[in-house]
Amino acid sequence: MSARKPVLEIRGLRTQFFLREGIVTALDGIDLTIYENESVGIVGETGCGKSMTAYSILRLVPHPGRITAGSIKYKGIELTTLDLDRMRSVRGTEISMIFQDASTALDPVFTVGSQLDEVISLHQGIYEKVALEKKVVEALELVRIAAPKEVMEMYPHELSGGMKQRVMIALALSCSPSMLIADEPTTALDVTIQGQILKLLKALVAKTGSSMMLITHNLGIVAETCDRICVMYAGRIVEDAETFELFEHPRHPYTAGLLTAFPKLGEKKDELSVIKGTVPDLMNPFKGCPFVDRCGKAMDVCSKHRPSRVEISRGHYVSCHLWSGGEPSDG
Amino acid sequence: MDNDAMPASLSEPLIQVEDLVKFFPVKKGVFGKVVGHVHAVDGVSLSVMRGETLGLVGESGCGKTTVGRAILRLVEPTSGKVVFDQKDVMKLTGRELRAMRKRMQIVFQNPYSSLDPRITVERIVGEGFAIHGPPEGAKDPNVARRERIHVLIEQVGLSHDHLSRLPHEFSGGQRQRIALARALALDPDFIVLDEPTSALDVSVQAQALNLLKGLQAKLGLSYLFISHDLSVVGHMSDRIAVMYLGKIVELAPADVFLKHAMHPYTQALIASIPIPDPKLRSEKKGIEGEIPSPTNPPKGCRFNPRCALAMGVCRETEPELIDIGNGHFVACHKVGRR
Ligand SMILES: Nc1ncnc2c1ncn2[C@@H]1O[C@H](COP(=O)(O)OP(=O)(O)O)[C@@H](O)[C@H]1O
Ligand SMILES: Nc1ncnc2c1ncn2[C@@H]1O[C@H](COP(=O)(O)OP(=O)(O)O)[C@@H](O)[C@H]1O
Ligand SMILES: [Mg+2]
Ligand SMILES: [Mg+2]
Repeated sequence: MSARKPVLEIRGLRTQFFLREGIVTALDGIDLTIYENESVGIVGETGCGKSMTAYSILRLVPHPGRITAGSIKYKGIELTTLDLDRMRSVRGTEISMIFQDASTALDPVFTVGSQLDEVISLHQGIYEKVALEKKVVEALELVRIAAPKEVMEMYPHELSGGMKQRVMIALALSCSPSMLIADEPTTALDVTIQGQILKLLKALVAKTGSSMMLITHNLGIVAETCDRICVMYAGRIVEDAETFELFEHPRHPYTAGLLTAFPKLGEKKDELSVIKGTVPDLMNPFKGCPFVDRCGKAMDVCSKHRPSRVEISRGHYVSCHLWSGGEPSDG
Repeated sequence: MDNDAMPASLSEPLIQVEDLVKFFPVKKGVFGKVVGHVHAVDGVSLSVMRGETLGLVGESGCGKTTVGRAILRLVEPTSGKVVFDQKDVMKLTGRELRAMRKRMQIVFQNPYSSLDPRITVERIVGEGFAIHGPPEGAKDPNVARRERIHVLIEQVGLSHDHLSRLPHEFSGGQRQRIALARALALDPDFIVLDEPTSALDVSVQAQALNLLKGLQAKLGLSYLFISHDLSVVGHMSDRIAVMYLGKIVELAPADVFLKHAMHPYTQALIASIPIPDPKLRSEKKGIEGEIPSPTNPPKGCRFNPRCALAMGVCRETEPELIDIGNGHFVACHKVGRR
């Protein structure tokens, strides 16, 4: 494999919320690299830190949260300390984000057309009316909106959920970003519309050659869409591997548990295997592994020391004492 | 025939719904003039056998919740018939209706809004006793109620330490367990489960689904299991019905359904589900277009504007749900004409 170019390199990222009741460690030492043309899935259950990873990258962590340690390099530029003006331009032209709820991202008082006008004129320097309209129509056609001229005149509330999501994708892509972050882009949509949107995203990312970080709680979506998958648990990435490898050889007990807890179509079982218990409270710092209380394979060391991240086969990273030596494991 | 000693039999219907219709008026202006109707449920017939889970699946707005609520008469149907254990539910009034309501319960999707935040878990679980009187037994009614609540809370996997707490102290999965304990309090025969796990995470969902199955086996419950998630419905159900714009388009035993779905909409629904196995990755067929407005459903087959196979007749005549054998019903002109 030729040396792939990393677009985004995150090391030891920690993001915390400072509340009256205490400190919530939402991200507790994230290491993640995303390469050119790659689409990486981030999976995990509610509250594990998926959205905060995205918000940290874009420096949009809401108050009272902030990044307290680590580094985020985008094409070699350190984002955690970048001045706000330059950060704004990174957000507008380099890294775009699509949210779960399109209504929060679209401005309710402007038509779809005028919102696209603004972004396109800003990023492509086109101001002339006819040329601008042509670009807007193109942007809407790109996201397969059948009647772009009509949709241009509409306000966000006049659009269905699927259409809003298409408009948001058009907005996000109109500045030709090198990196697209999609945070649960289809969670609010029906399954047939979800299928359409995922198909569209995949095709557009392939066409424009941008990298994608796709955040979802749905293992099916990452299995079908992403080249590589990171599994998050309680503010950490516990496993990171290429999609096929992860599904074939899940090494972290949490990953393995997730894969079997998901009901599969057409597979009749009396009982689903479960991960016992619930996710831990992020207000209490963990000495060891955050999964220890729910893990069927926990050993003494697991509650005492934090497992380090090891590469157990090429490109397959796991943070688990079963795999980090010292303690017995059959490799 | 009123002998309870007979074992629950799968072939005996507990619930029979015939040609259920529910239209909601669409009002406009200050005088609330009715300008049209949402055809939320438009001629649905189905049955739920004793001890069975009937899955009801479809995209949002297709009428699943309305079917569930109409069966329990939480909304008054526009027309149609619901028979519960040989009694016509629509004709019941007063005491009879209350007695029937004890035997039919519902668990809602949203574990955050379905529990009153101001009252303790003990009172929530015991709500039914306040309405219908304390559980039977020779004992002091307060003791009987307390004991029953303890049994219920343990049955759903919580402990009696939880009884004095308020709903906000619980996670989504735990709240759904509390709602389930409340539904079980009056010893129902039938429970409508309306997206009971849709708000839960995968690992918690698996626990909840196992619990539902376990309780069903133990208590002989019949379920109408409503969900938009076909993988979950497939796992839970004995038979599955698919709704589209207020109508059932296909109904079949679960194994037949997943392998031999006939209706183009069912096929598209199955094809749209992302499969958690990258080896099975394929170019998704899926379908184009969006669901039309239920206020003005398309003429003929309601699916025809999105159907790749639509013919002339599909745009003119509504197909009937026909029996194609082995308990498999399909409403499609293509299938009917073979
Ligand atoms: N505004 C906030 N105040 C306090 N804690 C927060 C806030 N937002 C997020 N968190 C914490 O950050 C964690 C991660 O949140 P998030 O990234 O949104 O999770 P996900 O997207 O995986 O569901 C949560 O578990 C929560 O504890
Ligand atoms: N109380 C109501 N008043 C008016 N319209 C309603 C009401 N309840 C449901 N509807 C409409 O009826 C249709 C079916 O709704 P519902 O049964 O909730 O569908 P589902 O549960 O399948 O999502 C939808 O178009 C919905 O907007
Ligand atoms: Mg999130
Ligand atoms: Mg519903």
